[in-house]
Amino acid sequence: MILTDIIGPIMVGPSSSHTAGAVRIGIVSRKLLAEEITSAKILLHGSFLATGRGHGTDRAIVAGLLGMKVDDPRIPHSFEIARERGLDFSFGGIDLGDNFHPNSVKIYLKGCSGKELEIVGSSIGGGQIRIVEIDGIAVNFSGDFPTLIVHNIDQPGHVAEVTSMLEHKSVNIATMQLNRLNRGGNAVMVLECDQEVPAEAIRWLAHLEGVIKVTYLSLADPVPSV
Amino acid sequence: MYQSLETICNEAQTSGNSFWKLVQLDDMREQDITEEASLLSMETAYQAMKDSDTGYDPGLRSQSGLVGTDAAKLHQRREEGRMICGDLIASVMERALRIAESNACMKRIVAAPTAGSCGVLPAVLLSVQEKYSFTDKQMAESLYVAGGIGGVIANRAFLAGAEGGCQAEIGSASAMAAGALVSLLGGTPEEICHASALALKNLLGLACDPVAGLVEVPCVKRNVVGAVNAVTSADMALAGICSRIPPDEVIDAMRSIGRHMDTSLRETGTGGLAATPTGLKIREELASHSDVPENP
Repeated sequence: MILTDIIGPIMVGPSSSHTAGAVRIGIVSRKLLAEEITSAKILLHGSFLATGRGHGTDRAIVAGLLGMKVDDPRIPHSFEIARERGLDFSFGGIDLGDNFHPNSVKIYLKGCSGKELEIVGSSIGGGQIRIVEIDGIAVNFSGDFPTLIVHNIDQPGHVAEVTSMLEHKSVNIATMQLNRLNRGGNAVMVLECDQEVPAEAIRWLAHLEGVIKVTYLSLADPVPSV
Repeated sequence: MYQSLETICNEAQTSGNSFWKLVQLDDMREQDITEEASLLSMETAYQAMKDSDTGYDPGLRSQSGLVGTDAAKLHQRREEGRMICGDLIASVMERALRIAESNACMKRIVAAPTAGSCGVLPAVLLSVQEKYSFTDKQMAESLYVAGGIGGVIANRAFLAGAEGGCQAEIGSASAMAAGALVSLLGGTPEEICHASALALKNLLGLACDPVAGLVEVPCVKRNVVGAVNAVTSADMALAGICSRIPPDEVIDAMRSIGRHMDTSLRETGTGGLAATPTGLKIREELASHSDVPENP
């Protein structure tokens, strides 16, 4: 915790977890899709579902998807702005079960090129968030670092391919997680990095045999925000 | 961030630095930033506090309809010269309501230390700046004092209602504001710490029991009590009145009380005022039309 966490953040109210955290989940989701969002299906879980409307959680998530920051005074008007921009969005409720934080949301995104992404994000207090699921596989990262997410077939060699590429590009790994659905099935690795991963390196990874999908979170906003 | 208020007082004694300067030096070290960059962050926060006060819209109500327009009522009474309190306290009360209501109505605020307690610090600071004509730089310096106290509370206890109840939010905000106020009026580091201890002691045990789980009832009006309590605590400390329990031990007591609090009293909206027949009725009414958020 630093001084500006105590005297701050400067944010649109009323709640750091239900409003500011919800905006951040939207922002990270937008960065993960990395292209213009055309449609978003937003399913609220737990406390987000029970008190989300009163806390503006719904408007906050849409604001984040539009690229607004937590202190953007337009957050309460995000629905209207999204409609103007042709972002088609809908809401519903979902029960993700007891393993998920009460302040969680599942978001299905579609982009202008047809790219799809399914994300579960949790707001864990004080405006801090974690992305806990991508395309159905458990992950755990904050979105505070450039983050590389590689979905691959669970077979030997993929970790080495990714890490040697990062070494070659002089990118230092801050944290690394490995997870798989089942032996020889779908697996995912999540690498939080200290530097940005170059676009050509990500394209190279995506074409490797056994790599199903590469998702990259750049700290720079990949598409112009509203 | 410091681990104890005592350390800050000792360092002030040995280094000759003021309380705020020590917190600034600590911030520069921790974030590896220049004095200018650190000061700018506090000046920006203070400006945002001013804006959160002037941006009040007396016609606005929250999404639930439970909160809004109360600051305008108090303003009316002040204008008519009918307040029982003197004008400084009246100004503190009105500002606390303005900012806390604005927060509930999705306006921009400074969460210091939390969004739910965002009215306390600015209500006190803006009102004393008006009374004593302090410069904005002096006000930014006082925010370091508030932040330093909040940092010690965060390290020894908590600042979130979900962890320690309302005492952790409004209680901490009040302690931070009391210390900042004593610093502005030229008090010693010891007096700063005693003011914050006196303020915190008065709010120990306060439960976080928001009706329907929203940052509205009783949160908005508790900002008033936190702000007024900061002013009275500062006056006591400046008169030489001490907390009989040392300031760091008061913070430890808050942690202990928070740990003993049932989860129903820690921001779950299931105990206390939230569980009264009226509280439950309000929750039901809101739920009947907001189970699933508005489908556009």
